[in-house]
Amino acid sequence: MEINSPYEHHDYDVLVIGAGGAGLRAVIEAKQQGLKVGLITKSLLGKAHTVMAEGGMAAAMGNVYPEDNWMVHFRDTMRGGKMLNNYRMAELHAKEAPDRVLELEQWGALFDRTKDGKILQRDFGGHRYARLAHVGDRTGLELIRTLQQKVVSMGTDVFMECKVLRLVHDQDGKVAGCVAYWRATGEFVTFSARSVILATGGVGKSWKFTSNSWEGTGDGHAMALWAGAELIDMECIQFHPTGMVWPLSVRGILVTEGVRGDGGILKNSDGERFMFKYVADMFRAETAESPEEADRWYDDHTAGRRPPELLPRDEVARAINSEVKAGRGSPHGGVYLDIASRRTPEFIRRRLPSMYHQFMELAGVDITREMMEIGPTCHYIMGGVKVDADTAATAVPGLFAAGEVAGGMHGANRLGGNSLSDLIVFGRRAGMGAAEYVQGGNGATGFNLDEVEAAVKEALEPFERETGENPYDIQRDLQEMMQANVGIIRTGSEIDDAIKQLEVFEERVSNIKVKGGRQYNPGWNLATDLPSMITVSKCTARGAQQRKESRGGHTREDFPKADPEFGKINFAHSMPNSTGWKSEIKTVESPLLTMPEELKALLEEGK
Amino acid sequence: MADVTMRVWRGDANGGQFEDYTVTQQEGEVVLDVIHRIQATDAPDLACRWNCKAGKCGSCAAEINGKPRLMCMTRMDQLPEGPVTVTPMKTFPIIRDLVTDVSFNFAQAEKVPALLPPPMPADGYRMFQQDVERGQEFRKCIECFMCQDVCHVIRDHEENKQYYAGPRFFIRYAELEMHPLDTNDRRDLIREEMGLGYCNITKCCTEVCPEHIKITDNAIIPLKERVVDAQYDPVAWLGRKIRRKTKRTAEEAAVQPAP
Repeated sequence: MEINSPYEHHDYDVLVIGAGGAGLRAVIEAKQQGLKVGLITKSLLGKAHTVMAEGGMAAAMGNVYPEDNWMVHFRDTMRGGKMLNNYRMAELHAKEAPDRVLELEQWGALFDRTKDGKILQRDFGGHRYARLAHVGDRTGLELIRTLQQKVVSMGTDVFMECKVLRLVHDQDGKVAGCVAYWRATGEFVTFSARSVILATGGVGKSWKFTSNSWEGTGDGHAMALWAGAELIDMECIQFHPTGMVWPLSVRGILVTEGVRGDGGILKNSDGERFMFKYVADMFRAETAESPEEADRWYDDHTAGRRPPELLPRDEVARAINSEVKAGRGSPHGGVYLDIASRRTPEFIRRRLPSMYHQFMELAGVDITREMMEIGPTCHYIMGGVKVDADTAATAVPGLFAAGEVAGGMHGANRLGGNSLSDLIVFGRRAGMGAAEYVQGGNGATGFNLDEVEAAVKEALEPFERETGENPYDIQRDLQEMMQANVGIIRTGSEIDDAIKQLEVFEERVSNIKVKGGRQYNPGWNLATDLPSMITVSKCTARGAQQRKESRGGHTREDFPKADPEFGKINFAHSMPNSTGWKSEIKTVESPLLTMPEELKALLEEGK
Repeated sequence: MADVTMRVWRGDANGGQFEDYTVTQQEGEVVLDVIHRIQATDAPDLACRWNCKAGKCGSCAAEINGKPRLMCMTRMDQLPEGPVTVTPMKTFPIIRDLVTDVSFNFAQAEKVPALLPPPMPADGYRMFQQDVERGQEFRKCIECFMCQDVCHVIRDHEENKQYYAGPRFFIRYAELEMHPLDTNDRRDLIREEMGLGYCNITKCCTEVCPEHIKITDNAIIPLKERVVDAQYDPVAWLGRKIRRKTKRTAEEAAVQPAP
């Protein structure tokens, strides 16, 4: 296509934004369909947040428990998500994950093995059977490296350290590409494409205590909304129960759920194994009643029921919060995670090498001898761009989304291990969906340069102001405000306050002054991230305000119970008259898809 | 806590100088925390690369007091008293401040012939734990490129980069050569184009590896033995002439007769 872009310009059939697991898997699929594919990442290749995933990827392969199958995995996922999930996504995920895991071995992945040479699977919260394919506690690294090496071996154009500012449409409103800048030089670059796949990950950087890196600023969520797509379930944020709490500088860094899957237990300052007090009715029938019963389960799942430490993450995070509030916390405001007294040092070092290393080097704690101090940390957003389950298509023609940026798969709460498998199942489906769209001749036919110029002008304004605010101050204040007002436990008046304050933040972001030049300037980079952070925070606050109940990753102190009426709807956000990132957001109730009877029947089994 | 002087290199490809920043060091902080505080207060345009801040992504490699380290895993309270110098990795061209152009490594990655496994059975491959463990050690690599930075073959010899893949890619080749499923043979490539012979096993790479991968002992030396065996063994030489691609396990390679 002829585009008279005033900047460096590239043209692709399929443009993938984001190079974590979902983006890389989408590239592989689209290239296998014979299309010309470009991949943009705002970091170096192989550094995306996927590397942080530790415990494993869930797939009902039945290698350890042959009685496992997709139906049980589907049921576990829906129950973990408190039934708010897009059932079709949960169904496809459960059915396809085993094949997606197996194919990784053709591309070089080396998982831990069972005695008979199959892929070993480990226990995790909310999964009835040992189901997580893994490599020690560095499964995310294995996934990203495998996909990265495959993508590189296919000869892919990769644009590294390239930050996308806005999606661009054609004259018919189809998504037609994007405008970005090179971080190394600060020069702008435009990409035209017949279709765009968003695989930009999450939003956790808007909270103070978070396991997310600087990248988790919700760029894809925000750009999709600005471009005409809908966001759902944005109030559903997962606070992972076990983040480090000390030293302060590492607060929030993740401690894998694998510690609990491999026998670790939670204790309060009285030394009490407190999780037995926090078993919700929904999980009572399948949870052990005593430590003795729970301990039998680790070796043989038929000899006892699951330990309560392996309840879904939302349940465990709330329990920890309650213990700390009741004055039974650790010195630095967390509780204790103990594997030292339960497993041998050799076992711990073999199964959890990177946790051993992380605590030894950052906290000076030897986890083979001492307990870890842990507490909840902002980890994952269940909400995201509303997509069609089968094709990953959004409401905007030509725009697709997969991975954490997409909403629906995990409902109100994600089970550990379901994220890595989500990336490979729906990364592939997004690649297929985009390819089919392009090959059907539906792709965009123009490229609106006015949108490019508007984005460029806005990006450069922070250099042109005589005076203005430091973007770091705004980011810090935003993180503190969101942590305090829209954190793990929420209440109506605080959420209302957050919504008001976000208007003030919007004005502050419009008045940023950036020091220095455009070449690799982190202050400028942050200034261009902040509009996304404000937009996604607004959607989270609005969803949290309207969902007057507690469900999964959304807990209201003033509405502590789940309300069946709210269980029938998602809150959907859109920007109907979008002229820029500050345009008004509209929030409506959107009914859940109706589940077919045969799937409903699966949910009733073994209740 | 005490104030500490951070002596940070600032500049770009055209040159630069050290600048001193005085910061108050807090309990448990790592070098990256202090760099972030300098960004947030004194120098918002101070360029540094980082992502996970947990030693898992390998983005924040720099030279701290002259030694390659991950900034996120280097605790301030374990550095000696006095100013802390932070400089970019020396082996790669400067982009700005602490950020270097590491594209040499991505170019090397493109040259690696991919895994070539046999067709997958319907229920997946069978591999055994003891057979995958050797490769798993190398796959712990977080691509911080500090082994490349410290390797004297290229650290002060830009001209060698065209002939030399470097330790990070020697462990990648070792991983593939030892992979239980692989049927590709990369030995000629490794000897002729990747410059394995330039390495004289000083183990500098092993010393800086934040993942404690035994790069020299477990990857480079066995790889050298395999490549040399293949080169000087007449039977292997003839075999190579007849069919370029042979399937050889690590065990078979180890029992090649000496030349």
